[in-house]
Amino acid sequence: MPSGWSLIRLGTVLVYLFMFAPVAVVILLAFNASQFGAFPMEGLSLRWFAALWENDAIVRAFETSLLLGLLTAVISTTLGVLASLAMVRYDFPGKNLIAAALIAPILVPEVVLAVALLLFLGAIGVPKSFPLLLAGHVIFTLPFVILVVQARLVGVKREYEEAAMSLGAGPVETFFQITLPLILPAVLAGALFAFTISFDDITGTLFWKPGGVETVPTQIFAMLRNSISPEINALGAVMIVITVAVPLLGAALARWLSARGRTG
Amino acid sequence: MSETDHHAVDLRGVVKRYGDFTAVHRTDLSIEEGSFLTLLGPSGCGKTTTLRMIAGLTSITEGEVAIKGRRVNDLPIHKRNLGVVFQNYALFPHKTVWDNVAFGLKYRKTPADETKRRVGEALELVQLPHAADRAPSQLSGGQQQRIALARAIVVRPDVLLLDEPLSALDANLREDMRVELKRIQHTLGITTIFVTHDQSEALAMSDRIVVMSDGRVEQVGDPQAVYNRPASEFVAGFLGNSNILPARILAREGERAEVEVEGLGALLATVEPQDPRPLARGETVKLAIRAEKLALSPAIGAEAPGPDAAALAGRIATVDYQGQVARYFLEAGQRQLQSVNAIDEHPLPEGAEVSIRVRARDCVILPA
Ligand SMILES: Nc1ncnc2c1ncn2[C@@H]1O[C@H](COP(=O)(O)OP(=O)(O)OP(=O)(O)O)[C@@H](O)[C@H]1O
Ligand SMILES: [Mg+2]
Repeated sequence: MPSGWSLIRLGTVLVYLFMFAPVAVVILLAFNASQFGAFPMEGLSLRWFAALWENDAIVRAFETSLLLGLLTAVISTTLGVLASLAMVRYDFPGKNLIAAALIAPILVPEVVLAVALLLFLGAIGVPKSFPLLLAGHVIFTLPFVILVVQARLVGVKREYEEAAMSLGAGPVETFFQITLPLILPAVLAGALFAFTISFDDITGTLFWKPGGVETVPTQIFAMLRNSISPEINALGAVMIVITVAVPLLGAALARWLSARGRTG
Repeated sequence: MSETDHHAVDLRGVVKRYGDFTAVHRTDLSIEEGSFLTLLGPSGCGKTTTLRMIAGLTSITEGEVAIKGRRVNDLPIHKRNLGVVFQNYALFPHKTVWDNVAFGLKYRKTPADETKRRVGEALELVQLPHAADRAPSQLSGGQQQRIALARAIVVRPDVLLLDEPLSALDANLREDMRVELKRIQHTLGITTIFVTHDQSEALAMSDRIVVMSDGRVEQVGDPQAVYNRPASEFVAGFLGNSNILPARILAREGERAEVEVEGLGALLATVEPQDPRPLARGETVKLAIRAEKLALSPAIGAEAPGPDAAALAGRIATVDYQGQVARYFLEAGQRQLQSVNAIDEHPLPEGAEVSIRVRARDCVILPA
């Protein structure tokens, strides 16, 4: 049924066009020489990128986002790997309940999670702070790390670890010599997920961030409320490049690592 | 000096339970230094569980495991100085063959030059000296199994534990590896515990065989003892083909007993001198006779069975021709018997009347 298929194909193309056209427009306008974002463009320029660089608030937001993303990635990945090991390798009472609780943040709407954490911390009298913001990001990036790492760990036969231990390696040595190298691609993928999700997040961040601290998304949000400046297009373009390039790089790295793992 | 000094491994009253299910019932077992012991039994009988308890990979519910006389119940596996070879080799996929084999030496603080020498020797011993730089995925199944063996023996373990190491190989390779493995074990004189459900592997390789069934040890003995003098109906049925017949003791005199087999008649049987059973007149027992011990000849012109033997009259119901041998299904009295005989060109025809010679030494009296 060729006609049916071509309709589906057309529909798919239109959906993607609808999704990505605005993104393309943002990137294009970021290079617009003119102050006013309208087509046809009047010339190409990098002036808005330069303006970004000179805007202290934006640079600060960038630094905050990077730091937050990196810390979230490191903490989430560490906790996620430990939790996955516990879930896959050990049996303990309440395991299913804990497994569900660890994955729950994906299922609960982010706003609800954000408000809940805020109310909870308010109730026990902890003020908003950067560590709180970080904790929030860790909580809702953790499920992604766990899902990815767990899936890989299930595929790593227990015998590899048992063989290593039978040869004299203790549990810690076995983890670093055998388990970690074998799950490394998944660990990297999890870390990248954590980083990009944290880097992009706005809902939770708006609730949790202390006064005066802005991340790139909340900074854009704040700028939008004043005016639509072309700087926003440039900033948007930079965000897009980062959130697309980081996972791509990661995927390439993971593929290279697992290829190396297979052949030597 | 206690008597356990020359035992490499001792199990004393070892039990393994999973919840309500008992995987291994109370087991006592001693393995002599330098010997090759096989745990043989059907799937699910607890062979792997027993091996893993010795290795320290599975906890022990009750009892005690000792290696070289030292209780190891609470000693984690990495401190037990064992070599373990798994069914699926479990070579570390991200390390080269060399790094795989050298792995255990790292944790024994072996100096670099000695590591080099010993890894080289181990690879020599398994006849793969040129595979050092390859990845495990670049080796065939048989080669991977050799490397797994090299990796386990290079650390000079107190005991080598092998869980169905040959079962992933195809039939020809399996027989070659069987010989190879035995040669290496012999060369090194290393105490070995081998798990298999393949009776021919067990018979070919072992100094002693432990036959297990349903989590219990049925018999421990050297291959000939287990094959020729089975201690239970299970053992007689599991190794080779046996006729197992219900019988009653008629008379007992030293090593000889006369038994009455239901629906067949009186036969002479041998009693082991060390057999503790009274075997008094009237006691019900089972008689086991291996299929290949029943010698057939045409009924017409059959010779007298000779002393210590009996001749039964029978008829061939079915012939299963197998080339060198034929398996005959016989009717004798009201019983059906199996016999495996070597054949010269033509097997005996179906329907033929035959004389079946049964020697006293081939009849084993089992508990009913
Ligand atoms: N972790 C476990 N939990 C519950 N039961 C188990 C567990 N491990 C093994 N068993 C049970 O214990 C019994 C013995 O298992 P074991 O693996 O020792 O058998 P085996 O003799 O090695 O069989 P096979 O030849 O199939 O490998 C089996 O009935 C099995 O189902
Ligand atoms: Mg098994």
